[in-house]
Amino acid sequence: MEQINELKARYSISDSRDQRPDLGFITVDPGRLAALLAELQQVRGYTHLSFITAVDYPETGTFQLTYMVHNFESAHSLGVRTVISRDTALMESVHHLWKQAKTYQRELKEMYGIDFPGSPGVDDPFILEGWQGPPPMRRDFDTRAYSEKTYFPRPGRKTSDPRRHMQSRLYPDYTPFEEET
Amino acid sequence: MKPYSDRGKFPERTENGNVIDLDSGKFVKLWQGPQHPGVTGNMSLEVIISGDEVVDLTTHVGYLHRAFEKLIERRLYIQSFPLVCRICVPEPDTNEYGYAAAVEELAGIQIPEKAAWLRTLTLEMSRLTSFLMWLGGQAGAFGLGTIPQWCLAHRDYMLDLFEELSGGRVYHMYIVPGGVRDDLPRGFARRLEDVLQKIEQVMSDIELALFSNAVFKRRAVGLGIITRDMIDEYGIVGPNARAAGIARDLRKDQPYLIYDKLSFEPVTADFSDAYTRTLVRYREMEQSIDLIRQIMAGIPEKGAIHVRPPNVLHWKIPAGETYVKAESTRGEYGYYLVSDGTAYPRRVHVRGPSYTHAVVLLEHLALNTNIADLPGLMVSLHTYPPEIER
Repeated sequence: MEQINELKARYSISDSRDQRPDLGFITVDPGRLAALLAELQQVRGYTHLSFITAVDYPETGTFQLTYMVHNFESAHSLGVRTVISRDTALMESVHHLWKQAKTYQRELKEMYGIDFPGSPGVDDPFILEGWQGPPPMRRDFDTRAYSEKTYFPRPGRKTSDPRRHMQSRLYPDYTPFEEET
Repeated sequence: MKPYSDRGKFPERTENGNVIDLDSGKFVKLWQGPQHPGVTGNMSLEVIISGDEVVDLTTHVGYLHRAFEKLIERRLYIQSFPLVCRICVPEPDTNEYGYAAAVEELAGIQIPEKAAWLRTLTLEMSRLTSFLMWLGGQAGAFGLGTIPQWCLAHRDYMLDLFEELSGGRVYHMYIVPGGVRDDLPRGFARRLEDVLQKIEQVMSDIELALFSNAVFKRRAVGLGIITRDMIDEYGIVGPNARAAGIARDLRKDQPYLIYDKLSFEPVTADFSDAYTRTLVRYREMEQSIDLIRQIMAGIPEKGAIHVRPPNVLHWKIPAGETYVKAESTRGEYGYYLVSDGTAYPRRVHVRGPSYTHAVVLLEHLALNTNIADLPGLMVSLHTYPPEIER
């Protein structure tokens, strides 16, 4: 973490903490994030990008983006977090640093509606081909309302009492029992 | 015959990338998958070929999307245990360990020592099981039909052991928060050793039948070469990176559970093509057998296997976030867990190595390969679609 302390002033890192000796988290302004990641990758040895993901906080109207980078020399992982507005949902792309970043960004666009202008293929559907609804991984996405609106009850599906059903199948001429009450 | 330098069959190159004009008659677009024996799991490759040579490839996923991450957000912590193992069918224990370890870390639970040994045992057993299935797939992708039958038969012996240990053959749910569910059954060590000897025997047969096979050598050598420069650029991990000479193994670099008490060295090679990657994974199978024997020799006879967590139906985990990772057969497999202090997780992100290997890496490596070698290339990267779409 000494390396991180050097970067603190330059990138206005607001919050840093160690979760484990081999895992730390820092928070940085969205505008400085791409520059910080570039320095971490090219100068500080954090050459491996494990993943990019978003955490949704509808109550504060924000997304937290987490970029997990790893340094193989010191066996240290660093989660670089940044907080962006949920309404604009716009972030700088880092596809020029790691090839796989564009896939993560494409998924975030689809699942959270966070746009990464300039990222190759960011508007192409990744998992949900032909999806019309709102971004489904947002926490305020009402799955039940969506499915009731989109998929009306299928005709032909009816539920019946198993006992009556088997009686009618096995003994079609038999008058059914009176229900035991 | 046209001279070799004739590039007429390749796409025209412009500043904006390759231009593929399907109306030109030079190219054919093929869909390989989502249901295709030459594709691992349900994903689909949009392949553009010229003659029998691949000139462009796009990976499409989504056919197995079951929204695990969304489901986990709406379940209690304990309710997600039957879910997470289903993210990777051939190797579910890594998921169970990653999720359990992340939950325990945030909840401040320390598992007993014997539970750590038992967890390591199941992780290594599932590595061996997964490799057996993979080895069969790799041989089958190059048209060798007997080896998959040997491999899957011996995988079943391992599944029998898992059934004996946990009650489940494919999904075990053996690793639970606080430790493991049960102790080893009586006589388990002997039956495990019997199975390991059977597997060793069939592996020596496979070594003769596969690595000396002229067809396999001819097709796999030089297929899908990964250079050292590509490792960090594409985020390549696991045996794919180790075959290129990068000795990175989480079990060694950041030892978890009891891996620091076992003696082993990461298996490496100096040239990552399909043949070498097969060889590296074959050596890792031998390593797993050795590690299982070391674990069985060192496992404590007595001791607690479980610490009781609080009432799991009212279990609130303190707010915080963590990332726990483990070395699966394919490389770094991790769980990123964010808790907001309630009984439900705020966010769980599953990081699977296939996210990189099957999308950007495969799209790059497939260029200029023969269409018949595409399944072999794909299997040699060891990709599982469910961990891409989660």
